[in-house]
Amino acid sequence: MSRKQTIKLTVNGRAFERLVEVRMTLADFIRQELDLTGTHLGCEHGVCGACTVLFNGEAVRSCLILAVQADGASLHTVESLADGDELHPLQRAFQDHHALQCGFCTPGFLMTARAFLKDKPLPTREEVREAISGNLCRCTGYQPIIDAILQAAQDLRGLKEHAK
Amino acid sequence: MKPASFDYFAPTTLDETLELLHEYGDEAKILAGGQSLMPLMNLRLARPKIIVDINRLSGFDQIASTADGGLVIGALTRLRAVEKSALVREQNPLLAAAMPLIGHFQIRNRGTVGGSLAHADPAAELPALAVLLGCEFSLARTGGARVVTAADFFLGYMATAIEPGELLTEIRFPTWRPGAAWAMDEIARRKGDFALVGVALNAELDGTANLRDVAIVMFGVGGKPHRIESADSILKGRRVEPAVLRALGQAVAEEVEPDSDIHASAEYRKEVGGVLARRALESALARSKNGVKH
Amino acid sequence: MASKSTRNNMEAQNRPGNGYVGRPLKRREDFRFITGRATYVDDIKLPNMLHGAVLRSPRAHARIRSIDTTEALKLPGVIRVFTFRDLGVLAVPVPIRMYHLPGLEAHLQPLLAHEKVRYVGEPVALAVAKSRYLAEDALDAIEVEYEDLPAVIDVYEALKDQVLLREETRTNRAAAHEFSIGDVDRAFQEAEYTRSEEFRVHRFTGNPMETRGLVAAFDRGKGELTVWGVTKLPHLNRQTIANFLKMREHKLHFIENDVGGGFGIRGELYPEDFLIPFAAVNLGQPVKWIEDRREHLMAANHSRENRCQLELAARKDGTILGLRATIYGDMGAYVRTHGGLVPCSTAALLTGPYRIPNYRAKIHLVVTNKTGLGTFRAPGRYESCFYRERMLDLMAQDLDIDPVELRFKNLIRPEEMPYEVGVTRPGSGPTIFDSGDYPSALRRGLAEFEYDKLRLLQGRLVDGRYHGTGIACFVKNTGGLEPYEGARIVIGDRNDVAVYLSISVLGQGHETAMAQICADALGVPIEWITVFHGNTDITPFGWGTFASRGTVMCGNAVHLAAQKLKQKLLKAGAEQLDTDPSSLDLNDGKIFRLNTEAPPVELNEIVSQVRHSGNFNEGFPELAETAYFHSSQMTYSYGVHLAHVAVDAETGMMEVLKYLVVEDIGRAINPLMIHGQTVGSAVQGIGGTMLEELIYDDNGQLLTGTLMDYLLPTSRDVPDIGSVILEEKPSPLNPLGVKGAGEGGIVGTGAALANALSHALADYAVQVKTLPLTPERIRAWIRDGSASKKT
Repeated sequence: MSRKQTIKLTVNGRAFERLVEVRMTLADFIRQELDLTGTHLGCEHGVCGACTVLFNGEAVRSCLILAVQADGASLHTVESLADGDELHPLQRAFQDHHALQCGFCTPGFLMTARAFLKDKPLPTREEVREAISGNLCRCTGYQPIIDAILQAAQDLRGLKEHAK
Repeated sequence: MKPASFDYFAPTTLDETLELLHEYGDEAKILAGGQSLMPLMNLRLARPKIIVDINRLSGFDQIASTADGGLVIGALTRLRAVEKSALVREQNPLLAAAMPLIGHFQIRNRGTVGGSLAHADPAAELPALAVLLGCEFSLARTGGARVVTAADFFLGYMATAIEPGELLTEIRFPTWRPGAAWAMDEIARRKGDFALVGVALNAELDGTANLRDVAIVMFGVGGKPHRIESADSILKGRRVEPAVLRALGQAVAEEVEPDSDIHASAEYRKEVGGVLARRALESALARSKNGVKH
Repeated sequence: MASKSTRNNMEAQNRPGNGYVGRPLKRREDFRFITGRATYVDDIKLPNMLHGAVLRSPRAHARIRSIDTTEALKLPGVIRVFTFRDLGVLAVPVPIRMYHLPGLEAHLQPLLAHEKVRYVGEPVALAVAKSRYLAEDALDAIEVEYEDLPAVIDVYEALKDQVLLREETRTNRAAAHEFSIGDVDRAFQEAEYTRSEEFRVHRFTGNPMETRGLVAAFDRGKGELTVWGVTKLPHLNRQTIANFLKMREHKLHFIENDVGGGFGIRGELYPEDFLIPFAAVNLGQPVKWIEDRREHLMAANHSRENRCQLELAARKDGTILGLRATIYGDMGAYVRTHGGLVPCSTAALLTGPYRIPNYRAKIHLVVTNKTGLGTFRAPGRYESCFYRERMLDLMAQDLDIDPVELRFKNLIRPEEMPYEVGVTRPGSGPTIFDSGDYPSALRRGLAEFEYDKLRLLQGRLVDGRYHGTGIACFVKNTGGLEPYEGARIVIGDRNDVAVYLSISVLGQGHETAMAQICADALGVPIEWITVFHGNTDITPFGWGTFASRGTVMCGNAVHLAAQKLKQKLLKAGAEQLDTDPSSLDLNDGKIFRLNTEAPPVELNEIVSQVRHSGNFNEGFPELAETAYFHSSQMTYSYGVHLAHVAVDAETGMMEVLKYLVVEDIGRAINPLMIHGQTVGSAVQGIGGTMLEELIYDDNGQLLTGTLMDYLLPTSRDVPDIGSVILEEKPSPLNPLGVKGAGEGGIVGTGAALANALSHALADYAVQVKTLPLTPERIRAWIRDGSASKKT
C-alpha cells in the first residue's frame, strides 16, 4: 500500500526502470520522467488524441493510463518513427501533403496512423477518415492528413514489395 | 488536470481482488479500461481513495461459445477484441454491429466489456444490447457469487446492481436466434459520441411481412435502457405496413421519458426516438428479407 | 496576371527556375514537428522549476467574503499561494489595447479577484508548488467563502440593469458606438421594399490544440526576466509586463517557441501573463503554468456572440439602398485587451462586397456574467456575413429574384475600385477596398461548384433528405491595422542568410513563406536562408501576428530589406570587381557581370572580403539590412463560399455534402500553405456553425466545460473542402501585391450553411436567423414550420 511504485518498461526499444507516483499518468511519465516531449497533452480527458502512443503495439490515449499500468509494457512514441534522421514514410507523407500546420496534434495522428496501417495496410479514403476521427486537429481540416496517410500506405506497401 | 491522490493496488488473482473490494467497500473504485474512470479522475470529479486495478487478472478476457450456442464474454475483454472476433460476428451479429459505434478504436483498444456495462451510461450501446438480449451478469464477492439478469442490472443513471465488494466477472449472451431480424441505430452529434437517442431491436420474422416476438430497447431516454413494452402488442400478428410502423414510432415517442440536456431536449429524444424505432424496424425487415445475415 | 490555383492543380504551378514566390513548396520547418522535436512551452524544463495552478471561481457572480490559504500552505511541496493582496501596489488591471470606447475602462479585469467574482473561471488565487499535481492539491485546499449574487447571462436581460455587474456604473451597457454613412433615413423613406429581422450568432471560440502556457524565469543576479510561451504580440506584451513589474523593458526577454495554434485567442494579455512573471520574480525560481483544457474553455477568450437587429431598404428590382443595424455585443464580465473590437468589427464590414451607400450602425457593448469576449479568426466578419447574406436571401425570396442575380446586381464592380465605404471603425480612417473583381470571384465559384446543376435540387426530397445549396459573398480586411512590421536580414560568408522577423509565428508556415520572399528579392537559393522569429531580443520592435497581416506586413518588410541588401551586395561586388554596380546582377547566390562572358563570382567570396578585411562597404564589416513596411491602409481579400447540404427532416441531422471556398488574395506566396489555411478555416467554420457552442445555464454555470460537451469537428463531421485561390487583383498597397490569407475560409461558413439549410427546408418555411445549426434547433424550426403550415 503505497503512493509510489517502481516500474520497468521498454520505450522505443530502450529499457527503463523508474520510481513513480501511482497517480502519475502515462502521458506525464513519458514527457516528464523520460523527457520524450513529442507526445502532447491537448485535453487530458481522452477526447483529442494528441497524447496517442502505442502500448504493446496498440494505439491508446496515454492521458487515460496510469504510468504504473505500463509496468512490463512496450511503448512506442513519435520519437520512434524516424530511423536516425531517416524519416518514416508517414512522416515524409505528412510533410509532402502539408498535413500539419502548428504541429501540436501531429504526433498523435502519426501514432494513430502507424497503428491503423499495421492493422489495415490498404485502406480506402473513408476507412482512413474513420480511423482518424478520434484525433482532433484545429489547423488542417483533416483533408491533407487523410491524403498523407493514403500516400504512406502506398509507400509502405512499395517498401514491403521491394523488401521481398 | 491531474488526479487527486489515491492508494493503488494491482491484484493478480480474483481472490486478492475480492478481498480488497471487501476490505475497502465503497472507498474502492475498480480500474479496468480506464476510458470512463480516468477522465473523471483527471477532472477530479471522481476522487476514489483506493484504486483496484484489475488489468493484471488473467482468465477474464475470453470470448467463448456456450453449450446452447450463446456467448460468454469475460468482463475484462477489450472492446476491440469483441470487434475483431469472428466468433462474435458469427454468433451475435447485433453485438458485432454495435462495436464500431462505440467511441473510437483507440478507446476500444483499452475499454472493456465489463467496464462499459458497469459504467452504465444510459446513452451507451452495450447496456442497451444487454437489456435487449437478456444477458446475464456474473458477480463475484468474497464468499460467494451471484447472477443478475440485465433487466435487474441497470438501476438508473450510472447505477447498477453491483454492490460494494462485488466484481463483475463475465457476461452471458443468450443464444442468437438464427434468421432473427435485427437493427441498431442511433443519433449522435458526432459519430463516435454517446447517442442522443438510440434503438436496438430484434425480432422473429414470420413469413415475409410479419414480425413477432419483437423486442425493442431505446437508449439515451432516461436513466437506463428502456424496453418498449407496448411494441409487442402493437406489432403482434399484424402485417408490417407503413401505418403500423407509424403507430409504433408514435408509441415509442409517447412511452419514453427522457431527460433534457444541452445536446437535446426531452421532446427531441422522444420524437426522434420514435423515428429511429420505426426506421429500425424497416431496416430489420429489409435486412431479413434480403437474407443478409450481417 | 490572372493565375488560378485549386487544391488539386497546384502542382502545375510548381515551376522551378521561375523564382520561389508562388510555388507550393513544402514547409522547411516541418522536420521538428513530425519528429516530435518541436519545443512548445510545456516542453521547457528548467532546474528548480515550480508549477503554478490557478484557483478559478466556481460562481458566476458572488462577493468574496474570505480566502483562507492556510490549509493549502500546509501541504507538502506547496510553496506559495498568491491572492490579490500579494500584488500590493503592483496590482493593475488587464489593459484595453484597442477599440477603447469610452466607458469600457470601468470594466477592466483585476489580475486576481478581490471583492467580487463576476464569471465562472475568474482567477481568484495562484498556487505554486513542486509539481502541477501538488499545485492542484493546493487548489483543493484553498477555502473561499462566497456570497452568491444573481447572475445575468443574456444581453437583453442585462440591459434591464436589474442585476448589475458593477454597482458604480449603474448600467451593464458598458459602451456604445454609432456611425452613419450616407443618408439612411432617406433611403428607407424612398425604399420600395424593406425588411426587418433579428439575428443571433452564438458564443464559441478557437480552441487551439495547445492551451495557453508560460514559463517565467527571473535571474536574481542580473535582475532579468525571461518568459517563454508568449506569442502574437511579444513586443507589446513585453512592454506592458515591464511596466507592471516596474522593470526596464530591455531586461525582459520574451521568447516565442513553437506554438500550437492561436486563431486569435492566444497571445492577448490575460491575468496569467502578469501573475506568472510576478510569481517568478517573487519566488526567485522559474515558474511554469500550463492551462488545461477545462480551464481554457472558461478562461481563454470567448468570441462571436452578438445579436443584430437588421433592417434593409431596397428597390423592387433588387437594388439595395440602405442598411440599419443595431448590434448587441455580449462582452462577458470584463473587457480585456480587445476592447470593443468584436462587436465593432461586426458593424465595420456589414455591407460586405456590395454597393450600399447608406448605412447606419449602432453598437451596444453589454457586460454579462460570462468569460470575456475577444477575437477569434475573422472576428465580427463571420457574424456580419451571416446577418447580411441571410438578409439577402430573404430579400431574394420576397422579391422573387434569383439570389445569385441579386448578388451580381449589388456587388461592387471592378471599375469602381478602389471603393470607399466610409468610416466604419471607431478612431479609424475610412474603409477603402483596395482592389478586386468581386463578380469574377462569384462567377468562378458558381462554375467550380456546378451551381447550375445543384440549384435544381433546391428544396427537393431525395432519398429521404432535403437538399439545399447556399452561397455567401464576403470581403475580409487583412494586413494594415497596426502601422508597420520589420525585418532584418544578415548575410554571412558561408552562404548563411539569416532573416529576423518582428512578428511571431503560430503555425502558419512563415519560416517557409518568408524564405521564399527573401530568396527571390535577394537572389540567393532558398537553402541558404534561416528564418528567426518571436524573440524580443533579436528582432526590432514589432506589432504582431493577427488579422492575417503576417505576410502582408512582415513579408513586405522582408522583401524591402532583401532588395536593399541586394543593392548593398552589388555595391560591395562592384567595389571588389572594380566596376559599376549597374553592370552587375545577383542571382542564385552568384554575382554576374552583365553583357560579358566572364564567369560569375560566388557571393561568399565577396561577403568574405567585406567581413574579414573591413576595407569595403564603407568600413562596415556586416552585410545586413533592416526594413520596415508601413501601411495604415488595410488590404481586402474577397470571394465566395458555397455549401450543399442534405437534411433529414425527421431527425434534424444535417450533412454537408460539398463545400467550396473561392478567395482572391492578390498574390499567393505559397499556394500549398494558403490552401491549407483555407481548408483548415472552413472546417473550423463548419464545426463552429454546427457543433460548437459555449453554453451557460441561468446561474451562469458554464455547461460546456470539457471537450465532451464543447464539440469540436472531427474528420467525419466535414467533407473534403474545395479551395480555389485567385490572384486576379493584386493589392496596389504593397510591393508584393499580397492581401493576406487565413481568415477568408471561415468568414462565410455560417452564412453559406444557413442559406443552404433555409433552401433545403423551404417546404417547412424554415428561415434561419440564429446559429448554431444543431439537430435540436433544426427539428424545432421544422416543427414550427409544420405547425404554421397547418394553420
